[in-house]
Amino acid sequence: MGFAKIFAKTIGFAGYALQYACFTHCTFEYVGDFVMCSGPSMEPTLETNNILFTEHITPRMQRLRRGDIIIARCPTNPKQNICKRITGLPGDKVRGHFRRSQYVPRGHVWLEGDNSGNSSDSRVYGPVPQGLIRSRVVCRVWPLDKISTLSQI
Amino acid sequence: MWLRSFLRSMLLGVPIGVTFLDTVGYVARVEGISMQPVLNPESKNTDYVFLSRWSVKDYNIKRGDIISLVSPKDPNQKIIKRVVALEGDIVSTLGYKNQFVRVPEGHIWVEGDHTGHTLDSNTFGPISLGLVNARAVCIVWPPERWQALVAKVPEHRMPVSSQI
Repeated sequence: MGFAKIFAKTIGFAGYALQYACFTHCTFEYVGDFVMCSGPSMEPTLETNNILFTEHITPRMQRLRRGDIIIARCPTNPKQNICKRITGLPGDKVRGHFRRSQYVPRGHVWLEGDNSGNSSDSRVYGPVPQGLIRSRVVCRVWPLDKISTLSQI
Repeated sequence: MWLRSFLRSMLLGVPIGVTFLDTVGYVARVEGISMQPVLNPESKNTDYVFLSRWSVKDYNIKRGDIISLVSPKDPNQKIIKRVVALEGDIVSTLGYKNQFVRVPEGHIWVEGDHTGHTLDSNTFGPISLGLVNARAVCIVWPPERWQALVAKVPEHRMPVSSQI
């Protein structure tokens, strides 16, 4: 059992780990992943520390619909994610800052949290470019006694 | 039997390749004249640039960087522009609805070098940092155009006031 053999086994193991990591990255980036949400902005639909299963396929294919709950990058802080519901698609008329009406521009969506009184959303920072949307929430998987689908499949 | 080994090597190779393109970077073709004279200086040549995804993974962009971003008008399209101002800077705009704009938190102001022939922040306003896709590091094709791309804001487009 020489040094060369141990080295070869380590290299083999590292290669296997690399393949596994790449496969995981592709799954989480292009298929679906699990997200834990925190904050009160989507109550009563979602509560803090709920774990959600989200999928990345619908946003990439531009098949988002009004009423979908989505995870997006925060417009004011790209390292944070926000979880909100789409209440306006391009061309819709929505009510924003100071109750002023505006139309959702092309390539953007209007996001609102279900907890209207306690949610910082498009009524504060305006329409959100669709390029910031990362994934669509499918169902809640934790806590176990509250498993439920949240969007139409 | 060759089909099975072919499928197996595809199953191993595709995730590694895709992860490499997402994490490290890739080569892309530049189309359009919005970044003349730095990119595509004559209409007959199209430059190919190396876009580095690694250098934007923490979003530390500097003024003058040439970056590729998802277009705010069409999420399926990517555009390549130069960063002129960061959050907190005040820019003097060319044809925007306000003459002076303070770039909001988490946003940047991008412009194409070829003023007048570019769709940039002067049209759609400051863009969110989350839309930034990669940083253009160097031109890799054609060989006579090999060069590193320098991060430099044109003199006449410097922000009016900068927050360091």
